[in-house]
Amino acid sequence: MIVSVASGKGGTGKTSVAVNLALSIENVQLLDCDVEEPNAYLFLNPKTNQTRPVTVSVPFVNEKLCDHCGKCGDFCQYNALFVGSDRVLVFPELCHSCGGCLLVCPRKAIIEDKHRVGTLLLGSADDLELVYGELEVGEPMAVPIIREVKRHIKSGKNVILDSPPGTSCPVIQTISGSDFCVLVTEPTPFGLHDLKIIVQILENMEIPLGVVVNRAGIGDRKIYEYCKEKTIPILLEIPYQRRIAELYSRGIPFSLEMPEWKTKFQTLFSNVVKLVGK
Amino acid sequence: MKQLTVLSGKGGTGKTTITASFSALTRNAIVADCDVDAPDLHMLLHPQIIETKEFKGSKLAVIDETKCTGCGLCTEKCSFGAITENIKVDPFACEGCGVCTIACPLNAIALTEKISGHAYISKTKHGFMSHALLSPGESNSGKLVTLVRQNAKTLAEKEHAELILIDGAPGIGCPVIASVTGVDAALVVTEPTMSGIHDLERVLRLLRHFDVQPFVSINMYDINKDNTTRIENFCRKNGIDVVGKIPFNLIVTEAMVCGETVVEYSPRSEVSKEIKDIWDIVRHSLQLDRD
Repeated sequence: MIVSVASGKGGTGKTSVAVNLALSIENVQLLDCDVEEPNAYLFLNPKTNQTRPVTVSVPFVNEKLCDHCGKCGDFCQYNALFVGSDRVLVFPELCHSCGGCLLVCPRKAIIEDKHRVGTLLLGSADDLELVYGELEVGEPMAVPIIREVKRHIKSGKNVILDSPPGTSCPVIQTISGSDFCVLVTEPTPFGLHDLKIIVQILENMEIPLGVVVNRAGIGDRKIYEYCKEKTIPILLEIPYQRRIAELYSRGIPFSLEMPEWKTKFQTLFSNVVKLVGK
Repeated sequence: MKQLTVLSGKGGTGKTTITASFSALTRNAIVADCDVDAPDLHMLLHPQIIETKEFKGSKLAVIDETKCTGCGLCTEKCSFGAITENIKVDPFACEGCGVCTIACPLNAIALTEKISGHAYISKTKHGFMSHALLSPGESNSGKLVTLVRQNAKTLAEKEHAELILIDGAPGIGCPVIASVTGVDAALVVTEPTMSGIHDLERVLRLLRHFDVQPFVSINMYDINKDNTTRIENFCRKNGIDVVGKIPFNLIVTEAMVCGETVVEYSPRSEVSKEIKDIWDIVRHSLQLDRD
């Protein structure tokens, strides 16, 4: 089963929920898909078993064959090719690797080149398998790395995906194909506003969802009213507690120090299994 | 005219709280919300929308089923797995590249522009605001950020504003890059947690990559004072100014619930005093006139 943990708003506790959930259940593979700012490994101190570069295909123009007709530049929707009178400039950061320029070039002057956009890391912490990616600083596109991370999903495992914040393409790439999505929010106006956006996306994608309210007790009650109205199950409430915040700040998953939480995360997971089974 | 971006790397560290407060402390700035896929600034600044523009940032393949024979060449050539085996376009996966349009032997596929969000020009009680909303799940947020910044620049020129104040998105990817290129300085709001420190280091590398002057502010600094010291030492070693340390206080959440900036909601609180001090330091560094 694949369960993604997402939020809309940043800093609501996605990684905390994903890590504590992963540590509370058996047979787990945790995939950190927040490749811009991967944090899950900070809480797990994993042994890194493998590191590999992640590359994408970008065009390489053979100037000896090119007659600067401009067809590749006209075709490219992302302005990744600029055809000058005697040279073609390629902007690999803008390229989406669609391969269109190779297809339209009448002189076969374009071949596929590789451009490094990040790193894939495979690690383990006791029985838990961790897969995560890291976007190279200065590279804009996270999606190819998320795709690479997700290629390592093992069937038969309880797969947990830690999503990046927001509601745009990296989030869609992460959550697509999930059996269930756990949305972590906080009971504040910002939390609610961004929750509504991500709920709409999940409804469009027909992925079942439930909510974890983090820092419960601060803010207001509007999150609860919204969930009731939309009949969204509240899977867990994590109260605002100085001790939890302090453990988080030190990079310690709170369920390790407060074992009663392990049971709560197990219950959360069995409820998710039931909801998926429906 | 100067441009300042408020950033964080990690989400939820307090970017929007600080941007909104700065906006309330200035009298001659244009504020731009560049977190276009989860914008929250409007909930504190209550903009009255003056102008709305459609944002056509991306394209989508559309198949003319009357012409399609189901040969499957488009499915085969698509690099994004966006055309299913029964020849339907998956709008979430399609990146609008157009390869299918040339793969199709019957010219049955065309790219159509789609509206993937809206950009707004608004007025708040503190001045003009440029903001936007990406349609849920859309791509090309970087392009929409660029549009928000262009709108802010046009407004700033018209209003003779001395500053464009930009609220950035979390992360370090395309929307963040689009919100820092060419700005005069960035204020990185961090928190003294392991995640906060990790993400701060990456965002500072990003700023160095794009040659933007960084300032650092540590929010909720008293949650973990050892980590706060670590951040201060790290910044000192790298020649980066730590311009302020804001204590943890639920007054920030109370202000948010009331839809107000914290400096207006509770002007005499520790948090507000610290934010005002940070603003003074940043303002002086950017050589902005006294408001």
